[in-house]
Amino acid sequence: MRGFSPAEISRSISQSRRNFLRSVTGAGAAATLFGPSMLSGFVAPRNRKAVVVTFGGGARDDETFMPDGQENIPHLLNELIPHATFYTNVVNKGILGHYVATASIVTGVYETFNNFAAVSPNNPTVFEYFRKDLKRPATDAWVVAPSNGFARIGESGHKAYGPGVGAGVILPKRLLSAALSSQADDARYQHLLRDNYETPLYAPTLAGNQIELGQMAEVLKLSVDDFAAHARSLASPDELSVYIAKQLMRQLAPSLLWVTLHDIDIAHSGAFSLYIDGIKRSDRLCAELWTAIQQNPEYANKTTMFILPDFGRDSDIDSGGNGFQHHRTGDTLSRTTWMMVLGPDVKQNVVVDRPIESIDLVPTLGRYFGFEARYSGGKPIAEIA
Amino acid sequence: MLPSQLTPASFSAYPPEAKALAESQLELLRRLPLAFLPLLLRELIVYDWKFPAERAELDRQFRYLSSNPGLPGFSQLKLSRELEQDDWVNSPAVFSEQLSAHLWATRQIDAFRAAATDYIRRATASAPDAALPAHRLGVAIIGQGVERNEYRLFRKLRPNGVYYSQVKHQNGVQTILDAAAARAKEHPAPYAHWYIDGASTSSTPPSLTAVSYAALAASRATLQARMQKTYEASVFDPEAFRTMLAQLRPEEVGLGMSSDAVLDRFKLSLLTEGSGTQVFATTFVQWAARETLRRAQPITLVARFTPRQREKQMNELLAERQRKPELDPAGSLIDADMGAYYTWLNQQRLSGDDKSAFLVWFEDHSDAIAISPALARGIRLDTPIELADLVAKVA
Repeated sequence: MRGFSPAEISRSISQSRRNFLRSVTGAGAAATLFGPSMLSGFVAPRNRKAVVVTFGGGARDDETFMPDGQENIPHLLNELIPHATFYTNVVNKGILGHYVATASIVTGVYETFNNFAAVSPNNPTVFEYFRKDLKRPATDAWVVAPSNGFARIGESGHKAYGPGVGAGVILPKRLLSAALSSQADDARYQHLLRDNYETPLYAPTLAGNQIELGQMAEVLKLSVDDFAAHARSLASPDELSVYIAKQLMRQLAPSLLWVTLHDIDIAHSGAFSLYIDGIKRSDRLCAELWTAIQQNPEYANKTTMFILPDFGRDSDIDSGGNGFQHHRTGDTLSRTTWMMVLGPDVKQNVVVDRPIESIDLVPTLGRYFGFEARYSGGKPIAEIA
Repeated sequence: MLPSQLTPASFSAYPPEAKALAESQLELLRRLPLAFLPLLLRELIVYDWKFPAERAELDRQFRYLSSNPGLPGFSQLKLSRELEQDDWVNSPAVFSEQLSAHLWATRQIDAFRAAATDYIRRATASAPDAALPAHRLGVAIIGQGVERNEYRLFRKLRPNGVYYSQVKHQNGVQTILDAAAARAKEHPAPYAHWYIDGASTSSTPPSLTAVSYAALAASRATLQARMQKTYEASVFDPEAFRTMLAQLRPEEVGLGMSSDAVLDRFKLSLLTEGSGTQVFATTFVQWAARETLRRAQPITLVARFTPRQREKQMNELLAERQRKPELDPAGSLIDADMGAYYTWLNQQRLSGDDKSAFLVWFEDHSDAIAISPALARGIRLDTPIELADLVAKVA
């Protein structure tokens, strides 16, 4: 791709995804199905729900939507995409670190804080807009996040919002570590806290609205023993996160549930096969969540599910990086990703090539639920909102 | 401090050769923009431990800069007062980390990236590369310990060369090392011929520069212990952690006892600058090959991937009181297949790419792929061939 502009490369990536999807699913173009008139007279129903799944650790097209990657995402391709509107060109123009990037998606503003700092986002989160504007209770918005670094993702430091109006945050691995350490020696489970693959050593001091072990039984109706026993049957932290998410859906049925998967980011270790394993697991877990939505009466037929990587990974051709291993170059491939949207109000088997940004999600959720993401720099996505 | 304020005393803490070079280039250094100069000093401060190819590259950049000191792409970047006040002369690597964070946070990273790309392109084009004594040859040996394989090997490389499915491979590793040694004998030069192995390199021909993951076990253990100690501290500061790694000396991890300080420093850098190189043999070999090609620019490189330890699933970790070391040959083969592709890509980034050759052999199996300007592309040959004959085609 030497000599091409970033915009050309971005279009090329988008076109590749489109061509591939058309070949395997027969997906059509959204332009013929949607128009501005679709939005007129729109009223947000009160009982809508949304589940957002982000991949912390983007997966490249090479390992997903390109021919060699198809074998890694059978569930996305065969079960989800035929029922989805698929955005082929989602650009992240912010900092490519997982916590700060997820915070940017959550606020709809490109946050600029240190990725490795234990800080709240500077701008109001989607959870604060949702709860404060719509007067929703604390039990109606939850985040399930992979690492301690995400402890403050639920609410911002913004003076108009902030503490008390955000989402509850569950850090499953921290809970598990606490649960197991109460039964045995602490050191044995240290690896559970070592969960940030961007730097091998990161365990920030926790502060935020995350629930602790003692609250778990009350919130999730799950005893410590049952939780620990079930965890012993799971293969990865992401499986634990999805288990917790499904438990939340059963017990509290929150209207806004945000799940961040992280297994893919083991790519930072440089082991390609483990990165592929992470992609396959995320593919399966996304389908599991969608099935859980369809099977839960609280969610079925009134829930929109959004699936998007927080950003991509470096390309093989950029000499400044080391291919799939990192996302440090800021090249076009590492900034360009995709989003899949499924739900009763979403057109099925449709591909949208128009570029959107990852910060467009929050204003889209605002239009969907009926709140205004007034500090967000993004725009509502017309086909969904 | 600003570049214009530099004096000879500014470099008093530099190693001897680096200090002499800095003093000789002082007038030029004073004229360079702050967004660029520490990045140059990051290379200069380790001049004493640089490979010949790196020294030649730095010399070329100085010659280019002497007539192009303005560097408008870098001059236009807006830096903070805090960055100006950093000790960027003596700690340019730390400055680079902070500069990177600043550029991301202020959304200037794309402008920086464009300036850096343009600079490298212009500096490289300002003087021709030295003629190579022979075409470059890269060899990757992958899949040690794998009995049966269902993964489609060489998937990235097949369009570029010939896939041989019937390779006779008795004494295969030795055949390849003998060929590398023969090239080293015919074209002797410091750090021009390398052998990187996930296992021991005890039988390596002395004419090859050798690096071994297994041989660095003690250094890796020492480093991991230091990392673990940092991890368990009550307050963890990732920036301080990176600074600690950047400032480690070879002797602190059991290196530095050999007579080759340049190679000792290189080995240390593989462990402190690479991600995953401390724990996974496959990652180590891939990263070592990348860094060898990028820095030493060898004309012969043999990289032998050995199995990495198996990554245990969460339930296994929870069930076991102690982790027993196990290997994952099948997963390692997939890692190595990608690693071989990256090694070829990195070789092709060097001068002489139009004449370079590359060979990947599935160790103890009959599969190999050869890439050379003399060979066809994207074809498969099922006729038997001796590995020695195949090596001769690319060597």
